[in-house]
Amino acid sequence: MCDYSILIGGSAGQGSRKAGFIIGQLFLELGYRVFIYDDYQSLIKGGHNFSQIRVSNKEVLSHREKIDFLLALDKNTIDKHQGDLDKDGIIVYNGDKISLPPHFSKNGKTKIVGMPLMAIVQQAGGEGIMENIALIAGFAKIAGIDWLLLSRVLKREFKKWQDLNLKVAEAAFGSVSNLIKIEKGAEKKSLTLLTGNQAVSLGAVKAGLDSYFAYPMTPATGILHYLIQRQNDFNIKAVQMENEIAVVNAALGAAYAGARAMVGTSGGGFALMAEALSLSVQAETPVVIIESQRSGPATGVPTYTSQSDLLFVLSAGHGDIVKFVIAPGDAEQACFWTSKALNLAWQYQTPVVLLIDKEISESTFTFSPDILNRIKIEKFFTWDKKGKYQRYKDVNNGISPLAFPGTKGAVIKSTSYEHDEFGLGVEDEESVVKMQNKRLRKFEAMKREAERLPAVEVYGKKDSSKAVIVWGSTKGPVQEAAEELGFKVIQPVILQPFPEKQIKNALKGVEKTVLIETTATGQLAEVLNGYAIKIDKKILKYDGRPFSFDEIKDKLSRWR
Amino acid sequence: MKLDADCQNTWCPGCGNFGILQALKQAVEVLNKKGIAPEDIVLTAGIGCHAKTIDYLNLNSFYGLHGRGIAVAQGVKIGNPKLKIIALAGDGDAYNEGISHLIHAAKRNIDIAVLIHNNRTFALTAGQFTATSPRGFKGVSSPQGSNEDSFNPLKLMLASKASFIARAYSAKSEHLRDLIVKAVEHQGFSFIDILQPCVSFFNTCQFYNQRVYEVEESDLTSEKRALEKIQEWEYDDKETCKIPLGLFYQIQRPVYEQGAVGSAVFRGRKKINFL
Repeated sequence: MCDYSILIGGSAGQGSRKAGFIIGQLFLELGYRVFIYDDYQSLIKGGHNFSQIRVSNKEVLSHREKIDFLLALDKNTIDKHQGDLDKDGIIVYNGDKISLPPHFSKNGKTKIVGMPLMAIVQQAGGEGIMENIALIAGFAKIAGIDWLLLSRVLKREFKKWQDLNLKVAEAAFGSVSNLIKIEKGAEKKSLTLLTGNQAVSLGAVKAGLDSYFAYPMTPATGILHYLIQRQNDFNIKAVQMENEIAVVNAALGAAYAGARAMVGTSGGGFALMAEALSLSVQAETPVVIIESQRSGPATGVPTYTSQSDLLFVLSAGHGDIVKFVIAPGDAEQACFWTSKALNLAWQYQTPVVLLIDKEISESTFTFSPDILNRIKIEKFFTWDKKGKYQRYKDVNNGISPLAFPGTKGAVIKSTSYEHDEFGLGVEDEESVVKMQNKRLRKFEAMKREAERLPAVEVYGKKDSSKAVIVWGSTKGPVQEAAEELGFKVIQPVILQPFPEKQIKNALKGVEKTVLIETTATGQLAEVLNGYAIKIDKKILKYDGRPFSFDEIKDKLSRWR
Repeated sequence: MKLDADCQNTWCPGCGNFGILQALKQAVEVLNKKGIAPEDIVLTAGIGCHAKTIDYLNLNSFYGLHGRGIAVAQGVKIGNPKLKIIALAGDGDAYNEGISHLIHAAKRNIDIAVLIHNNRTFALTAGQFTATSPRGFKGVSSPQGSNEDSFNPLKLMLASKASFIARAYSAKSEHLRDLIVKAVEHQGFSFIDILQPCVSFFNTCQFYNQRVYEVEESDLTSEKRALEKIQEWEYDDKETCKIPLGLFYQIQRPVYEQGAVGSAVFRGRKKINFL
């Protein structure tokens, strides 16, 4: 079975991430499914960055700790990762910057190939950063990947400095000998590589996104960059505002004006948006908030991952509120559910939080464009232009018809105050109860919607009496491992309103449960507790790193 | 459709807001006559006595959170650039809670008109001091007298590159009406600080009546001239100051997102190119 793990590392500024992405592209072209984990620090130059590329003939959603190829732009990379090298592994390294002692390969099996990257680049007339391309080219030759494929991928990846990069690559390719032959993969479909952030962006645009507002915050910033660069292609407006409070209030203003609006942030920024979340519920103005979690609390470990905002996000927003909180588990789910989030926000005139994390946002996934065909702009309830327009008309299901400023004959009054049907402020007991009741009926309609949607995914051995419960990015490695080990996997995707029926259905016949989460406390257990669902064991990880496939497999096999 | 909404007025008798409301209504009528349809006007407000204006007018409105109306106003403009936005705010609202939004809206030169109902106190919460209360202001949270000086909001706006800076007075409705019309017609960010007495917590009626005077600035594009007018009064309670009213500064500079991708609702379907 073809399953390779390649790690390429260097200091920040050496281009290891771009190099990792190109390696991913090489394998995608070869017919493999690809997953790339990017590890980087909170700095601009120096330190240690690496990409861990996993390629396989089956679907892969996590990285593997054991490395088959270790590609090192600096010595630090070898020092840090040689311990994970497979006994038959190959090290390809920058011979100009690193000198490995002759007895380095302790078992005599590890092949080490030093390449004079600096000299190769200089001879070709290239820039220092192109050492990363030289290293990839050397790796390609060693692994039996042909020049045609390599040059095709490089031409696609480099619009600027194309000739120079190809020159460097060709020289590097020719400077080493082939050692092994990587076979072609089995994938026939036309696929692409996308990060979770990109998938989220595309899902939103396909569902009619008009404006995106954000303040830079890792790991959500990629959405802002992606959408701003493509504003004209997508016919949207992407805006960087002065702080997160401006961001979310502006999004509500845009939605009030009739524009589908979305914002993106991480835990700290989401905390700043909490008041506006409550405003969105009171004013019944739609907004989608992408919350991409990172290791906290507070500033925490900004470029590393965590799922520890769960309870905060579920309860955020003062007052008696219910909102949609949706937690996709990979890029394809993120694409689909972001589009769904936008549609739900407009159908129910409510905030929707799409809860992801650094692992989803910034890892690179294999993505099928078919997902986009399943997405459209869904109808929402609009005014029939009859009679006097009332923004908060008291209707049975609690969902008042929408109209937007600029509509002749309508006065549209949205408000943060408790209000009457027209939108004027009220304080008397009857009026307050009337509007709260309208919202309560809407919340009930939202609960029914959650139960109608595919709110819970189930994988693995469906009749197993042992179930692993996961949400978000941990579903990736768990899905893989559990399928191998014969467990059932239950992944709630909609976390609010909680899909009680669907979860309990999935738990039928299950006697033992384990929760796997990248938090210190296993927060989903507390949520499940509220529905009398007991968790027997928690497998937690809170070092800022995602679970790897081998790690989960190891821990779950000990649970049998 | 009549301009007055069917809502009981709850301002204190003699409140400066009555004068501002009158000026605003008259300005809207003038703008209607000039071809701006009432449905294309959007008011935003924060929270405070100022904001009740929204309940009293039959116009599109977004009654936002305290301090955040100006952020909402910008979102409305970005969502549908065809709309004319008048953002109402109080001094507590815009100079305290929401000051970052005021500064950046000015800096951005986004095409909205901001009217500050400046009574120099948090009136609706019973009279605490704000950014423009003078040193020694005796209120419920400063019973010994505030130990902070006021800042000068017009100076702040000039420093934030606002392209239209004016001061008005609630007791001079017609003067204010004309400034509001000019502010809405101005291409870019317009700012009017409207002095208003608060009959309940800071009755500056006499103080202002004795000191305000209208100016007709001849060179509106001179920052130097503007600064001279702006510095004549530093929002303190000096006995011998004079308080100029009028438009002090108006320039043209690039307006935020003018001519950029068009209005939301009318943008139509999206094409997605993978490359």
